[in-house]
Amino acid sequence: MKATIIAAGLATLASAASAQDTLTVYTYDSFVTEWGPGPIIKENFEAQCDCTLDLVAVGDGAELLSRLQLEGDRTEADIVLGIDENLSAAARDSAMFALHGVDSPDLSMPVEWANDMFLPFDWGYFAFVYDKTRVENPPQSFEELADSDLKIVIQDPRSSTPGLGLLLWVKAVYGEEAGAYWERLADNIVTVTKGWSEAYGMFLEGEADMVLSYTTSPAYHLLAEGDDTKAAIAFEEGNYMQIEVAGKVATTDVPELADQFLDFMLTDGFQSAIPETNWMYPAHTPQEGLPEGFESVVPEKALIYFGTEARDIREVALEEWRAALSQ
Amino acid sequence: MTRTTATGSIALAVVLLFTLGTLAAVFWRAEGLSGFGTADWAALRFSVVQATLSATLSILFAVPLARAIARRRFRGRGLLILLLGAPFILPTIVAVFGLISVFGRSGIVSDLLRLVGLEPISIYGFHGVVLAHVFFNLPLATRLVLQGWLAIPSERFRLAASLGFGPRDIARTLERPMLREVLPGTFLVIFLLCLTSFAVALALGGGPKATTIELAIYQAFNLEFDLGKAALLALVQFALGLAVALVALKVALPSGIGAGLDRSVTRWDAQTQMLRAVDAALISAATVFLVLPMAMIALDGVPRLFSLPASIWWATLRSLGVALASVLVTLALGFPIAALAVKRRGRLVEGIGSITLAASPLVIGTGLFVILFPLTDPFALALPVTALVNAVMSLPFALRALVPALGQIEADYGRLADGLGMTGMARFRHLWLPRLRRPLGFTMGLSAALSMGDLGVIALFAAPDAPTLPLQIYRLMAAYRMPDAAGGALILLASSLALFWLFDRGGRADADA
Repeated sequence: MKATIIAAGLATLASAASAQDTLTVYTYDSFVTEWGPGPIIKENFEAQCDCTLDLVAVGDGAELLSRLQLEGDRTEADIVLGIDENLSAAARDSAMFALHGVDSPDLSMPVEWANDMFLPFDWGYFAFVYDKTRVENPPQSFEELADSDLKIVIQDPRSSTPGLGLLLWVKAVYGEEAGAYWERLADNIVTVTKGWSEAYGMFLEGEADMVLSYTTSPAYHLLAEGDDTKAAIAFEEGNYMQIEVAGKVATTDVPELADQFLDFMLTDGFQSAIPETNWMYPAHTPQEGLPEGFESVVPEKALIYFGTEARDIREVALEEWRAALSQ
Repeated sequence: MTRTTATGSIALAVVLLFTLGTLAAVFWRAEGLSGFGTADWAALRFSVVQATLSATLSILFAVPLARAIARRRFRGRGLLILLLGAPFILPTIVAVFGLISVFGRSGIVSDLLRLVGLEPISIYGFHGVVLAHVFFNLPLATRLVLQGWLAIPSERFRLAASLGFGPRDIARTLERPMLREVLPGTFLVIFLLCLTSFAVALALGGGPKATTIELAIYQAFNLEFDLGKAALLALVQFALGLAVALVALKVALPSGIGAGLDRSVTRWDAQTQMLRAVDAALISAATVFLVLPMAMIALDGVPRLFSLPASIWWATLRSLGVALASVLVTLALGFPIAALAVKRRGRLVEGIGSITLAASPLVIGTGLFVILFPLTDPFALALPVTALVNAVMSLPFALRALVPALGQIEADYGRLADGLGMTGMARFRHLWLPRLRRPLGFTMGLSAALSMGDLGVIALFAAPDAPTLPLQIYRLMAAYRMPDAAGGALILLASSLALFWLFDRGGRADADA
């Protein structure tokens, strides 16, 4: 008798545990912090999935993929969220992701989306950000920038995704002439930092007139600090995009839940959190629209290399960059 | 096998596991080797040149500075010695911002120059990298050399004075032999620290000219996921470090000055007006150079100090825990290795113990991950692993302080202790511990503070809801919250210094006597 009661109790426990499936999402570090989108997204998704959403921070954007590859088939990850589109070819080549299976995702982006393995969750335009009180006539193009005596801080394309974005941006605008352009730009560059944080911090300290960041960066200062002195520039040649994508890991033990998360990712429960926590454009504009400051600078032309194209161009562009700036 | 040999060998094995073991794990996980490109050779060359120059300059400045501090008594001397511990325990990004606020394009120096109508200076370039590395390491070098000075028994100076020795004679008979013993190891430690520098070199180097091997390793890992190349680069860096270690330790000679009675030092030789003025100038210049950037960091942090998010304080507690654990492990590894090194008189033991600094933090982190992942959940081990790696990383400093001191004790009192049959714990408690107070306090303080400020491997293992303080500072920066990050940096600076002060107090008390 006693034994059956215990057994029944155990069975109840077991079923309670299985009802609470866990979805493990690997993402980059700043996503999960109390200032990032993580906490809001966890609450909203758990309210509808009857599951536990486990957001795991794994270094920065580039480290995400190398961590997944290190773990290989034994990985606990069901979803990887936060891969830069510029690095998505390597993600595809790793053979660790499944197709997302969403036919025509409802996206609000200036470019077509044809990727059957990864779905975007946010995006932005790279742009040079300056302080209006210090720079009166900001350059309107790469040409004007190189001809000016303004000082800029940029990031290293070998260790930073904005740095990689600028590398490909220059390549997209100048093609064969990219190396020559970098040589012209060299005297404008104060320094090249490991990551975005160092560069942006240096800019705020007044070490440079402009910094490579995003068109949405001034919105942070406006909305969070009530400071409207920062501005971003839409270049005449167009601005390069950063698209951040997520994919379903092929070895996931909760494939339905993973699919459910990818669907949820493009709804307001996820997308509303993006603008004022990640300071990027939501991949699907939520019902309430975009916050103030997000549409004050809209580039006329959106530039981007997708997946394999970005990978193939990267190596050549990196060598041109290195050679031009090492002189 | 004696107990010394056994415990020493076990400690060495742990060190080798963390350095060569992790490297082997990465090699094993790699799917083939790829060769060195031109860019890699350039990175290697740059790393070696800047590390050599940085270490040489640090030592060149450290020797007169340490001598000045050793032979002068002035108000604030204890505080200055304490602050000497600060720069190189700062997380690099924090220190870089401190340096920029002094030497940057909009820093204090440039502002002053503009006031008098001169061109502002630029910190960016090769000289900036060296400047930063000297800022980090001059204080460390000074502390290590100062230990050497303070270890010269006062009776020697008394004897020298009664023989009518001037500064020159004292330098020849007492100081140079001491330097011959202390400097090679000091050079080695600083060379290795600079060799593996990455973010500092890049940020202040002004561009890809300033690429170190560590950046090439990062690129191989994260941009290309080429483990073979990462491991090969790390191996080259490691071999380079080992070669320098063997040369440095070969050059070093035990000084053999002999024992004293621990009386306080009075320097009758250095009382001339001229020498006083020189020392005063040296001490003032070094104080300004070292303290100004730190003062700027503190000043930046004050506005937000009392409105910081609660998570910062939790992160601080976590970091304190990691630091204390790391101190215990450092001692547990450092003592047996130091004892073995002294017993064997071979330099190899100390060399192996010091070589951890040549290991790439990225490779250690990745290697540990490769080893641990099949066994357990690496995330759950984030804090213990961080404490362990920090301990292994601060081992070279522990050995720099402990080995010469222990060697001296054994040379002076070893035969007496042997004659009394004092071995094992008795020898440890009654002979070593009381006489090792100063280097021990220094070692523990340094290890705690280093562990507090290190980001090293935590980023690879970080549990999302349990960040350490340095990681939390980086996260604040990544979320545009630079003022909050500055507040966090102030807490980090203050708590590292407090830890260092607590442990190091014993040593400083002696120094003042």
